[in-house]
Formats: sequence, C-alpha cells, structure tokens
Amino acid sequence: MIEGLAALYIFMLAGFTGYEIISKVPVILHTPLMSGSNFVHGIVLVGAMIALGIAENGTQQAIGFVAVLLAAGNAVGGYVVTERMLEMFKSSGKKDSAGGKH
Amino acid sequence: MTILIQASYFLAAVLFILGLKQMSSPVTARRGIQWAGAGMVLATLVTFLSPELTDNPQALTNYGLIVLAIAIGGGYAYVTGKKVAMTDMPQMIAMYNGMGGGAAATIAAVELLKAQGEVAAGHADSLLGSASMSAHPSSIAEAMGTDVTILAIVGAVIGTIAFSGSIIAWAKLDGRLNSNKLLPQQQLINLVLAIVLVGFAIAVYYTGELMPIIAFFGIALVLGVFITVPVGGADMPVIISLFNALTGLAVGFEGYVLGNAAMIIAGTVVGSAGSLLTHLMAKAMNRSVSNVFFSGFGTSAVAGAAADESGGSMKEVQAQDVGIMMAYASQVVIIPGYGMAVAQAQHKVWELTQLLTDKGVKVKFAIHPVAGRMPGHMNVLLAEAGVPYDLIYDMEDINADFGNTTVTLVIGANDVVNPAAKKDPASPLFGMPVLNAEESENVIVIKRGRGTGFSGVENPLFLLDNTRMLFGDGQKAVNELIQAVKEL
Repeated sequence: MIEGLAALYIFMLAGFTGYEIISKVPVILHTPLMSGSNFVHGIVLVGAMIALGIAENGTQQAIGFVAVLLAAGNAVGGYVVTERMLEMFKSSGKKDSAGGKH
Repeated sequence: MTILIQASYFLAAVLFILGLKQMSSPVTARRGIQWAGAGMVLATLVTFLSPELTDNPQALTNYGLIVLAIAIGGGYAYVTGKKVAMTDMPQMIAMYNGMGGGAAATIAAVELLKAQGEVAAGHADSLLGSASMSAHPSSIAEAMGTDVTILAIVGAVIGTIAFSGSIIAWAKLDGRLNSNKLLPQQQLINLVLAIVLVGFAIAVYYTGELMPIIAFFGIALVLGVFITVPVGGADMPVIISLFNALTGLAVGFEGYVLGNAAMIIAGTVVGSAGSLLTHLMAKAMNRSVSNVFFSGFGTSAVAGAAADESGGSMKEVQAQDVGIMMAYASQVVIIPGYGMAVAQAQHKVWELTQLLTDKGVKVKFAIHPVAGRMPGHMNVLLAEAGVPYDLIYDMEDINADFGNTTVTLVIGANDVVNPAAKKDPASPLFGMPVLNAEESENVIVIKRGRGTGFSGVENPLFLLDNTRMLFGDGQKAVNELIQAVKEL
C-alpha cells in the first residue's frame, strides 16, 4: 500500500512528467499521441483484474466482469489503432517502400 | 512474489513514460508504442499472480471470469481497431477512451459496494444483538478510510462522466446522433444535476446504504450525456481529448484506492499530458475549453455576417488549365482538409505530387493544426497514402512561404484558409490562426459545391481575384489534374 504523502509526491512528479512529454511534441503527432496516451491509461486493466479478483459475491463479480471487459477494450483497442497510425509515418528517405505499398 | 509484482509494475511505469517520450518524434514513435505495449503485457501478466486474486476463496471462478472478460473486450477492440478506417479514427479513440473511463468507474463501484457490504453486515450484527463485534464500520468512509473514499468517489464521478460522454462523442462523430439540442435551460439543468450529484456523493461517504451509490452513478452517467450532447461537431476533438485526460485522472485516483503505483503513475501522466494537449488543441482552434462546453458553435445558425459585402463572385476554372499552371510552377503548396479524406482523394493527391516532383516542381503540404477531425489527424491520413512526413509543414513553418508560392491547391479545406479570421471582427472565426493561402500567386480551390463548410461560415477567399474554383468531387477533380499534367 502507498501511504498518503508518498502518493501525493507520485501524483505531483507524474503530473510534471506528463506535461514535459507533451510540451515538445510536434502537431503532426498529436492524434497518434492522444491515441497513445489513451492506450497508456489502459493500465486500468490491472485495477479491473484486481477488482474482479477481490469480488466476493455475484453482484461484485458482475460489475468486476464489466470492469475487466471495458479495460481490456481500452488497452487492446488503444494499442491497435496507435500502432496502425504510427507504422504509416515514413520519411522520404524510405520513399520506395512507402510508395510501392498501394 | 510481491517483490516480483512490484518490480514489474515499476518497470511497466518506466516503459510507459519512455514509450510516450519516444512517441513525441516521428522517427522513434513506433518503437514508443511498442515499449508501452510491452509494459502493458508485463503488468497484466504479473497481476494474475497478485495475492488479492490468489487468496480469494472465489479465486477459480474469478480467474475464469477475468480471462473471459479479457477475451471478449480485447477481442472486440482488436477486431474493430484493425478494420476502422483512418478517417473514423477520432470516434474510435473516443470509444476506447470511454471504455477506460467506464472501467475506472466500475472499479470504484466494486470497492464502494464491498465497503457498503461491510457496513450492512455490521448493522445486521447489531440488530442481532452481538454488539461485541465492535470492529464493524458505521459508514463507507470508516470502512475504507477518508482519503481512499474521497478519491474513490471523485474517480468514480470523473470516470463515469468520461464514459457516457465519450460514448456520445463517438455516436456524434459516427453520424449516429445528430441532435445538438436536448432540453431548454440545459446549462441550468446541468448545474442542478451537478449539485444533486455532490449531494449523493456526500451521502455515499457518510452512510452505508446501497441507494445513494446507485443514484450517484446514475446521475453521473446522465450528466456525462447532458454535457456532451450540445457540443458542436467542430469542437469534438477538444472534448475527446478532455475526456482522455479525465479518464487518465480517474485511473490515477482508482490506482490510489487499490494501492497500485503503476496505475497512479500512468493515469496521472496521461491526465496532465492530456490536459495540456486539450489546451493546445483549443488554442489552435481559437476556442477556450469553457467556450467549447457553454456555447454551441457550429450548431446554431451562425450566419456569415460579411458574406455578400465583399461583392466578388466565384470564378470557375477547368482542370487542364490548373494542370498547366501547376506543371510550370516553381512551388505548389497543397492544403488538404477533411473533405479530401471523405472523398478518399489522398492517394490521388500523392500521385499528383510525385508527377509534379518529377517535373521539378517543389511540392509542399500545409497542415493547419485542426485540419481533419483533430490535430494531427490529417498527417495520419496523408501518411496512410504514403506522403513522407518531411514534405508536410505546420502552419507556423509555411505561412511565411505562401508569398513564394505559384499555386496553392486547397482540397476540401475551408475554415482553415478563411482570411476573415484575420480581418473581419464580425466573423465567428475571427482570431483563429489560419493559413495565408491568399498570399500566393494563384489559389485553386477544389470544392464539391458552392455551400459553406463544416462550421457554416462564408469564406471570402473563394471570391478573391487570384482564386479559381474547381468544382467537383475531390477524387475526380484530382484525377483530372493528374491526367492534365500527364498529357503535357
């Protein structure tokens, strides 16, 4: 378990980290990056698994099941679309392989 | 075992941060998402070993349920994610984001219900007279602890609103929901709902009853819908980005509830990164975030005030003439808009670009920050067609270059080249940074018809003396241009 004050430090440092990462991003990557960060909060899957794992009765299991279902959708979907977008970014140095694809 | 799990979470958090960092450059971006993906797989796998799961008497059933839920949710997302068209990417991101928000909210629901169960058990015991069981808490706050309860509740509100709001955003962008108006006095109703929501949140905190929990989640769901429905289509990217940030925050808070550092770090990083991204997008569109929520821009009739005063008329041109013009130009700048993507013309545009390049013409692409449905969306669409990213220029980099440009070709873009945004204080677009297309020698606009664009604002650029209109479907028009250039 993470104690209150330590968690506060984690919140603060992680907040600054996120700000730093985004502040230097070129506009051309905004959509993939939004999608990528959308994938990263798919870590909620871990929490959802624990929530279902600690469930003790039918109601809790049902809600936990929904949690895992949604979280898995977030993580998998976020990854698939981000990867699909990023694999298309090529520089003109690799023109041949890019142009020949279609 | 705990050490292994904690170390894995730590490593996952590091991989997420490094991955996001690498995604900030086109050269390393793909490796970035793969690193983050590796972190996710690692974190998910070790969670199966966590003592919360293994020590539960229901462990076997729960393991089965977890695997089944991952298979269904992940399978659905994998299939839809693989086949979604690049033009539909924004709504798909909204959908996956909504699922994440919903997951955070349901985690909170499980935690609150568990605590509620403890309180209820306590009541039952005291009714039976076994007062010796003094360990029983009298409220959810007592059962979970003050800090945990507060963050669970706040995370639940944020996650639920992000969930229902994202679903509405998806439905609107996907064309399944076209209504912008909901109820008269919508803002007032939302305010009242928000106050009632706070009331129920307090009730959840201080009691151990089931009813406030249900009402609390129900109202949060409705509020998410009510907030999102009135938002205009042009503002949707800002909303999606905001919900993305909110989901991150909710995940971070629920991470505290579960004592999971990986969730806290990843969630908070996304929360702050997403907030900044939302701000940057709103700024690029010359809108403030509160503006987006509290005014229906592009929804009601925002009539182009100075439409007829400029006096000029649209002048048509034939594809042959444009072909000649471009083939002998020194520099051509192409300004693509969402209309180009709708017409699926990006592959043809790239073909045209290659033809012109072979003839020694310098071709550049100029991208407005909000071209497409969200910032960077147009880059993705061009990348899909094979356009290398070093031919693509941001607005700041190319705006000074229009003076050296022989032909500017505008395809399916409208508001982002509207000079009224610079000159006409009466225009609803006034103050929005735009591309200086009108400064080039010739402007060719490929457009379906004479109507107004996405936001419904008239564009005086179309009436200028150096502007010629090439009417027709984007793909067909570009095809004609290709033929014209080839015949030379």
